[in-house]
Amino acid sequence: MRKSRILGAALVAALFLPLAAGAASKHLVFCSEGSPSGFNPQFYDDGTTFDASSRPLYNRLVEFKLGTTDFEPGLAESWDISDDGLTYTFHLRKGVKWQTTPWFKPTREFNADDVLYSFNRQWKKDHPWHQVGGGNYQYFAGMGFPKLLKAIEKLDDHTVRFELNAPNSAFLPDLAMDFASILSAEYAEQLMEAGTPEQMNHNPVGTGPFVFVNYQKDAIIRYKANPDYFVERPKIDNLVFAITPDASVRLQKTKAGECQVMSFPNPADLDTIKKDADIELMEQAGLNVGYLAMNVEREPFDNVKVRQALALAVDRKTIIDVIFNGYAEIASNPIPPSVLGYVKDLQDYDYDPERARELLAEAGYADGFETDLWAMPVARPYNPNARRMAQLILSDWEKIGVKTKIVSFEWGEYLKRVAAGEHQTAFLGWTGDNGDPDNFLYTLLGCDGVASGTNLARWCNDAFNELVTKAQRVSDRDERAELYHEAIRIFKEEAPWITLDHSTVFLPVRKSVKNYVMDPMGGHYFHAVDVD
Amino acid sequence: MFRFVLHRLALIVPTVFGLTVVAFGLVRLIPGDPVRVMAGIHGVSPERHAELMHQYGFDLPLWQQYLGFLNGLLHGDLGTSLITRSSVLSDFFSRFPATVELSLVALLLALFIGLPAGMIAAVKRGSLFDHAVMGAALTGYSMPIFWWGLLLIVFFSGYLGWTPVSGRMDAWFFIQPITGFMLMDTLLQGETDAFWSAVRHLVLPAVALATIPLAVIARQTRSAMLEVLGQDYVRTARAKGLAPWRVVGLHALRNALVPVITVTGLQVGLLFAGAILTETIFSWPGVGKWLVEAVYRRDYPSVQGGVLLVALMVMLVNLSVDLMYGLIDPRIRHRRS
Repeated sequence: MRKSRILGAALVAALFLPLAAGAASKHLVFCSEGSPSGFNPQFYDDGTTFDASSRPLYNRLVEFKLGTTDFEPGLAESWDISDDGLTYTFHLRKGVKWQTTPWFKPTREFNADDVLYSFNRQWKKDHPWHQVGGGNYQYFAGMGFPKLLKAIEKLDDHTVRFELNAPNSAFLPDLAMDFASILSAEYAEQLMEAGTPEQMNHNPVGTGPFVFVNYQKDAIIRYKANPDYFVERPKIDNLVFAITPDASVRLQKTKAGECQVMSFPNPADLDTIKKDADIELMEQAGLNVGYLAMNVEREPFDNVKVRQALALAVDRKTIIDVIFNGYAEIASNPIPPSVLGYVKDLQDYDYDPERARELLAEAGYADGFETDLWAMPVARPYNPNARRMAQLILSDWEKIGVKTKIVSFEWGEYLKRVAAGEHQTAFLGWTGDNGDPDNFLYTLLGCDGVASGTNLARWCNDAFNELVTKAQRVSDRDERAELYHEAIRIFKEEAPWITLDHSTVFLPVRKSVKNYVMDPMGGHYFHAVDVD
Repeated sequence: MFRFVLHRLALIVPTVFGLTVVAFGLVRLIPGDPVRVMAGIHGVSPERHAELMHQYGFDLPLWQQYLGFLNGLLHGDLGTSLITRSSVLSDFFSRFPATVELSLVALLLALFIGLPAGMIAAVKRGSLFDHAVMGAALTGYSMPIFWWGLLLIVFFSGYLGWTPVSGRMDAWFFIQPITGFMLMDTLLQGETDAFWSAVRHLVLPAVALATIPLAVIARQTRSAMLEVLGQDYVRTARAKGLAPWRVVGLHALRNALVPVITVTGLQVGLLFAGAILTETIFSWPGVGKWLVEAVYRRDYPSVQGGVLLVALMVMLVNLSVDLMYGLIDPRIRHRRS
């Protein structure tokens, strides 16, 4: 076994030498979990596609500081915000070059026209590019931009002004999100003239750290370093994504050295990975929350005492140990600890089946009742095995006299039915899009969320709603934090959710890889990475 | 013979028509719709949902949508994928050669091992060899492909390091796709290193995929041979003093072939299905994986087009099998219908 491995490794090295022109060229292979849906991030909302498109190829006006949810200047080097919070004036960076590829040679550098193109295309229904690719811009609509934006104006080649309809403190972090990536207006013009606008989704051009080379469908994506990248030329010369859908196979490849970084390991393999001398298992608290929502529109969950009782009856420590192998923390807040507004030492519903029975009796259900419990069929970062978790909770609730029936559907159908409120109780969770509390609290617990199906508890509490809506418009961090503290306390009192966990996210990385920084929002970034 | 072929070809039209109805209808029977699945966890407001459904034409009455689908078909347009936003035909055919290559190699493996194994088992009926072959066939038939595939990977790639873990080719080779078949493209471009890399990558998935067809073909060959070997003409041939291999290999086998061909033809259809699991485990970039993804995401055009195309392929294979009967068994082609 060892001999073949060494031989294999030598062969690998020998085959790579010809690639070097003088100095040894550095390559990195990333084992990714799926195929990208395309290379224009404006159309999509999944991390797999973003890893392959917006993150290596493009930049945004504002960027997240790697490893945090703080943001810093990107393509915009500075900005001014008016006192009423309605006008944002961005001063664009000069000297940013568009990538040169076999299908496009830029004649100019990045300027305001590119910003206008990228946003107007998603916003204006009469824009010549709006319908290209189907006209469905998931995240642009999902983040409420059509309602939020009032106007976008080009003041000069390097100044763009955004006017909003209402102040929104999440606007800047929203601009750091993948859908807000800046595309090339000149490339767009070229494609439109050639009559092939759909090529923007297959042969991308960006300003980002890596240049797209080619994509072998469902197999391999190749990138090479952008020598003109405005921040710093990446240390890796050739970046390769090897698409490997099965997690065990990804691990085998990583162990064999066929890839150096892999995404989403199997929780069951974590201990094996830790024992491997060549692999470092990086970990980070995930920007996520897993919860059990109780549908307040259905009896008996309209009674707050019932909800509180059921929360008290769940042994969350056992859940963390069994489902997560200990690799998660019990959630008290509906937002993870790193997010603004988190209440430390929030009074929580610690495991107390005695008190649960009392409360249930007080509510008039001394003999218990029957309920359903919906569990997802797929593994999610905040819940690797919902069905198993459901079984644990079933036995917890049985102890206080509540009979549970576990219900499950195929993932697409599950989402549809829980959005329509067909459940009495259901599991779900959320991974933050931009690190902003509004992204969690307003979307998942606000009154608007009931109609759009994101508020699974269908809980519309006026006091809570007022607080989170007000916090959207306040720009002072401390003031916002106070508003969210109050809102979260109301949430805890009313208990529409049993907050379950914030899971740890893991990333196996071979020791030859240096400077890899994990992103709390689950993205995989390679521009700062080096290999030995 | 000509009438025979004509008769078979004439049946294609109603079959294809039926296929279009099934392909169109099946995907719409699945609960959920593309807009909601695309919105995913973020949800979509009822107005936006209605807006998008209208945009995609999914709010039209079903018969209208079906006619639209048929109309597109007649113009050679299978629709545009809701996910990749490119034509379903191009999505399918860019992945199809990979599935064909894998399925073909698996089928050849199954035939080259299964046929002789079945023949010898029949000739040496009751012997240790016979029992071993039948036992192995039963085991192979009962194993779930994904488990077997993973086992192969862990042992041959992980433990022994003899084969690569997954994929079609090592990452650093870049081969211009000419035919889409790696084995041919690498040789056509003179890249022998890449050729051997492609071969090494093919071994495990082909073995995994070939296991069930191999088992089926071995058993079927054995039982067909047993039946034939018991016939009078075989006894006559032996009595005439013909060499045993002539008796078995020429006379007996030819007559035993009809059921074997039937079963092989059916296996091709199953190969496409098995390819889905094998493709996922071995990250083989073929049609099966693509189709399953499309179903999960309710990518109606891709599912419709994909199911239709795969069904057409299977139909063509079965047609060839039918025609082959005519070639091999004179009784069939000369029968007055």
